[in-house]
Amino acid sequence: MARIELIVDGQKRTVDADDDMPLLYALRGDLALKGPKFGCGLAQCGACTVILNGAAIRSCVTPVSTVAGKNIRTLDGLAAAGKPHPVQQAFLDEEAAQCGYCTNGWIMTTIAGLERNPHVSDADIRKMLAGLKCRCGSHMAMMRAVRRAARMMANSEQAHED
Amino acid sequence: MKTSAQLDRRQFLKGSAGLVFALRAAGTLAILPFSAAEAQSRWPAPRKIAPAELDTWLSVASDGAVTAFFGKMDMGQGVDTAIAQVVAEELAVDVGRVAVIMGDTGRTANQGGASGSSGCRLGANPLRNAAAAARQVFLARAGERLGAPVHALSVVDGRVFVTANPGRSQTYGEMIADGFRTSLDWNGRYGNALTVTTKAKLRDPKQYRIVGTSVARKDIPGKVLAHTQFCHHVRLAGMLHGRTVRPPVANAVPAAVDEQSIASIPGSRVVWKKDFLAVVAEKEWHAIKAARQLKVRWTETKPPFPAMDALYEHIRSAPVVADNSVANFGGHRDYDPQPTLDAIAASAGSLAADYELPFQSHARMAPSLGVADVKDGRALVFSDTQKPHYTRDGIAKILGIEADKVRVIWKPGPGSYGRSDADEAAFEAAVLSQAVGRPVRVQWMRNEGHGWDPKAPPAVISCKAGLDADGDITAWYFRAKGFSGWDVMYNAANPRDTLIGELLGFKKGNAQNFGVPGESYAFPRAVKFWETIPPLLERASPLRTSHMRAPQEPQIHFAHESFVDEVAAKTGMDPIALRLKYLTDPREIAVLKAVARLAGWQERASPGPKQTGATLRGRGVSLNSGFGSYVATVCDVEVDRATGRIWARRFYVAHDCGLIINPRSLQATIEGNIVQGISRTLFEEVPFDRKNVRAVDWVTYPIVEIGDAPERIDIKTIDRPEMPAGGAGEPAHVTVPAAIANAVFDATGVRLRRLPLTAQRLKAQLA
Repeated sequence: MARIELIVDGQKRTVDADDDMPLLYALRGDLALKGPKFGCGLAQCGACTVILNGAAIRSCVTPVSTVAGKNIRTLDGLAAAGKPHPVQQAFLDEEAAQCGYCTNGWIMTTIAGLERNPHVSDADIRKMLAGLKCRCGSHMAMMRAVRRAARMMANSEQAHED
Repeated sequence: MKTSAQLDRRQFLKGSAGLVFALRAAGTLAILPFSAAEAQSRWPAPRKIAPAELDTWLSVASDGAVTAFFGKMDMGQGVDTAIAQVVAEELAVDVGRVAVIMGDTGRTANQGGASGSSGCRLGANPLRNAAAAARQVFLARAGERLGAPVHALSVVDGRVFVTANPGRSQTYGEMIADGFRTSLDWNGRYGNALTVTTKAKLRDPKQYRIVGTSVARKDIPGKVLAHTQFCHHVRLAGMLHGRTVRPPVANAVPAAVDEQSIASIPGSRVVWKKDFLAVVAEKEWHAIKAARQLKVRWTETKPPFPAMDALYEHIRSAPVVADNSVANFGGHRDYDPQPTLDAIAASAGSLAADYELPFQSHARMAPSLGVADVKDGRALVFSDTQKPHYTRDGIAKILGIEADKVRVIWKPGPGSYGRSDADEAAFEAAVLSQAVGRPVRVQWMRNEGHGWDPKAPPAVISCKAGLDADGDITAWYFRAKGFSGWDVMYNAANPRDTLIGELLGFKKGNAQNFGVPGESYAFPRAVKFWETIPPLLERASPLRTSHMRAPQEPQIHFAHESFVDEVAAKTGMDPIALRLKYLTDPREIAVLKAVARLAGWQERASPGPKQTGATLRGRGVSLNSGFGSYVATVCDVEVDRATGRIWARRFYVAHDCGLIINPRSLQATIEGNIVQGISRTLFEEVPFDRKNVRAVDWVTYPIVEIGDAPERIDIKTIDRPEMPAGGAGEPAHVTVPAAIANAVFDATGVRLRRLPLTAQRLKAQLA
């Protein structure tokens, strides 16, 4: 067991953990976050996804010691300023969830993708979200949400350039 | 040296009959401060539950907030929002005022849980009647207070006023005092059969303003903004983490356990009770490590299963233990196939086909999870089970305490579509908590969620038809032979219907259930029957079978609706025209005609004209009625000739579920039915070998992903406000396998009769 310092959604947090403990258990267990979830522990479903250096990573297989001191973004921290992230807003607008257990993975993976490039076709979206699992079959609503989020983010990018 | 706390613990454990336990010999097992009161205080107090009393169903606060107490659960289709709409409509309040408490056995009556697409069709009844009665109570009270006759009063959003003088008013909150204190007529039943009625007038559906509108789902913001407390987030003070240890060969049980093998893991210990083996630890990661590291010698056991490729031969040759002359959900139906078989033999032409359906896993997004605190003869349990009231009864039995000493609080979980593994961890957590005297959280690992959940039952379904010289059907034979859908019963009221219950020696029951199609085809000399066969392994089987979404209906309808198409193809008829020729139920006919219009269906026989390109295109149809609803589905597929990959590119669904409460939620629910149906049709099959199940993750048990989602699903809902609400959670799902298989035949001329319709299987036949 070692003391490990994490930066989660801009805040310094400390956990006592084995070096090999996956980040997920620090986030959900020690820090009691509700976004990242345990689905498989094998990086096969995406329910545990967080964003590290702009990339969506699977926190269930990422040893906590390897991300010490790095910035970790989670679903819990997105609306910190009181306003949902555009991707969250699009999921709200489209009611793009059934049980909601996998939703974290779809939103965080979409954010990582669209923040890099919001100009996406349906084929791009399907590629970007490959590998994520949703047992309820909410894929149609989530496709609509991601298209909507992409439009919102592309428009806002445009507005910044104008 | 042991601390006194550890000694106390050891003495406590010695007192637990039949329990073999191991405390770490030396180390730092910390006993955290904990009291039952501390844990309880975070959860709302239990309420009196008496279904004949209005206060059981509804409460109104002085600020006008309404709480509805609903004894079913939402699995993600927005049932709680629909219930809020029904209550708001009858009570005449804004829907935003209504909160819905679901599935807490301490606060809600047993309405049967999430079951048989009944959330609205059965679950809404008591709430609707209670809300109408409540409105009448408030009108009467307002009449007295305002000195006006009730007929001179109006209500808007929980404020009763004199119609001619709106300034004279009383709000519900001002009039609630110490509750309603009003009786309802209860039929004396619990579960799905529970109904209550009132003499108060129910609102005329023609006047509905809230029911029938797309009120925003109440659960979505919490799920998207990470506020929802899932069952997985429940943490009790002093809680330990449990992990189970499963045998490498099904049917093996622990013979010896080397407790020292986990001595290096802080705060971990073994709990071994009869054939149930688990570890607990202070930290979750340590419980995971301990379960992996624990050295166990398992009993030598004969591999219990047939080879996977011999499954269907096994089913064909297995003895029949029951058939549908046994009374169950479908009623008692005697049958005699011989006259039908004779008529087919005597016909000018005939057709026969067998369809083969595999084991499928519920494979929930997260495997089973439960939290329990058993102390002082009482148990507080958190579970995402579909049926918490029955889970309460079963946990009471496994702990040896009275049911009224157990409270199960339902919290949302990772969906649930039938009798999945959801109950299992709650039972295990309760047994472990009783054993160690601390609250325990048990989370199954992924391999258990696939490998040890109850499975949808495989079957071989045989269909035969006789045809006369004109191609008219002369006789019709349908026989489903498979494993029982009730090998594990549809609720966990008895420990024998859980894995841990079987491991602790509760002997499994012998309940038999499959099913036959119920559509209204007027085929002459029709006989439809089912037969069940013994389970492959009697005790603690990873291939035990249970209800999975629309129990056995996808299997039954894959066969029946495929065979209807086979007859159409054989007689050169258009598949929809053939169906319309024999159907008699006007609502089935209506959805079939509606889907034909929606899809722009061109009348012709299948398969379509021969195609030469790399991509083969076709369309297929299928029909289902059940759960009070009627669905016809058309699927357009694309088949990649080189790989055999099937893309179910477009769907058209005509859906009649009577009264529609929330059109938008209904659309999302139908879409979910279809997409999960694609998954079960194209991908899902539990692999196993002679020793055990080999589905351990999402690689060995693939499901649909976004790349295989359809491009579009067009839905035509038929609203019938004058009819009762039917179910929507299952009927559309049932149509998917045959719609796709019929489309594949239309595209390729290849008839696939075994699920799943994998690329490999189709490619082999395309060659």
